[in-house]
Amino acid sequence: MENNTVIQVRNLLKDFGKTQVLKGIDMDIHKGDVVCVIGASGSGKSTFLRCLNMLEVPTGGSIIFEDADLTNDKVDLNLHRQKMGMVFQQFNLFPHLTILDNLTLAPIMLKKLPKAEAEEKALALLDRVGLADRAKDYPNQLSGGQKQRVAIVRALCMEPEVMLFDEPTSALDPEMVGEVLEVMKDLARGGMTMVVVTHEMGFAREVSNRVVFLDDGVIAEEGAPAEIFDAPKCERLQNFLSKVL
Amino acid sequence: MSWIDQIKDTFLEDNRYMWMVEGLGNTLLITVGALVIGVIIGALIAIAKYFSEGNKRLRWVNWICDFYTTVIRGIPMTVLLLLFFFVIFVSAKDGVPVAIAAFGINSGAYMAELIRSGINAVDKGQMEAARSLGMSKGQAMAKIILPQAVKYILPAIGNELIALLKETSVAGYVAVVDVTKAATNIRNKTYDAVNPILLLALVYLVMVVVLTQLLAILERRLRKSDGK
Repeated sequence: MENNTVIQVRNLLKDFGKTQVLKGIDMDIHKGDVVCVIGASGSGKSTFLRCLNMLEVPTGGSIIFEDADLTNDKVDLNLHRQKMGMVFQQFNLFPHLTILDNLTLAPIMLKKLPKAEAEEKALALLDRVGLADRAKDYPNQLSGGQKQRVAIVRALCMEPEVMLFDEPTSALDPEMVGEVLEVMKDLARGGMTMVVVTHEMGFAREVSNRVVFLDDGVIAEEGAPAEIFDAPKCERLQNFLSKVL
Repeated sequence: MSWIDQIKDTFLEDNRYMWMVEGLGNTLLITVGALVIGVIIGALIAIAKYFSEGNKRLRWVNWICDFYTTVIRGIPMTVLLLLFFFVIFVSAKDGVPVAIAAFGINSGAYMAELIRSGINAVDKGQMEAARSLGMSKGQAMAKIILPQAVKYILPAIGNELIALLKETSVAGYVAVVDVTKAATNIRNKTYDAVNPILLLALVYLVMVVVLTQLLAILERRLRKSDGK
């Protein structure tokens, strides 16, 4: 494995009963990569992302992260997941905890950070996304865009090696999409390694250094955003782009 | 003899109303004891089932839980009580602990389902978010799932408590003097069939109404904590 490879995926397979969702995916994600995964619904892009941190257990293949194959039973998955932040479409903030507790729960419980230190760090990050004044509020008091920004900060508080985004703006009202994408752009500029499943083609073109088009469980085409969007080779991709652009 | 005299005769003579009071004490003791045992068994089963689901090596855990639930729910409470007193704990002299055990073990089967559905009512994304941060299934259960499930579970347990309270009226089958048995004893002693039963019905009714009110207050409190 190359030194700067963060995640190496080989021949990833996933079945749900008789339905084959992923039919053998290979991918290398390098440090600092911003990989956008695009494709029609049902193409397997969310399943692929959820396999990367084993929220879905693959049927076959390997996922190498920090020299460990996550598909191996003997690997301490919880330890590795601490270094893979994940942001969900539905935010999934913990509604019974304040924003600040949402952010500090995992660092205090899992990384044994002293409470004061965890809070200081959380507040600093919260300030970066413009929500420092909402620390004492509960998730239900926030708008969708604010919730998603908090969700991103929650993942960042664990100081992950890589961030996984599962359609982070799909559940948002249109006027709130921008504020979330802005935070993600900021992260990308800071050098964070990111894998983003998205329908935001503008974001993919502008921010990512690699776009992967999934179709029917396989990578149908991949390349730099300019190649993918301006000179798509395969017909399925041309078709897909003509519908979404 | 007027009705008032009749009541005086039935309940005040020999301080017979104290029989009811003592019986009521036993009724409450059995209800609360059974509730505690029921909640403990129910929580254990619900959590055991949650963790064994989809895990082939723990299939036997699931099997034991299902067996318990099936057996308990298939036997009427009265029969279960008779089984406990006359078959299992043959040497027991005091019926109250036996009744607490029988009602508690019976209640546990129903509590398990209540608690399980409370746990299942918490959005699946909560567990996923917790796991994605690196929490173990147990840590996520303790810190994320159960605190949210409580709000669904508590009102249901309240309803179970009311059902349990009324159900204990069959405890008299096994040498326990609960409030129902006390009323029967007064009836046998005085040949007054009407007033002891009227009073008995009133006692249960008042207890249930009070419990229902307390539950409504609890539910309002829980809803407020939602921040909605």
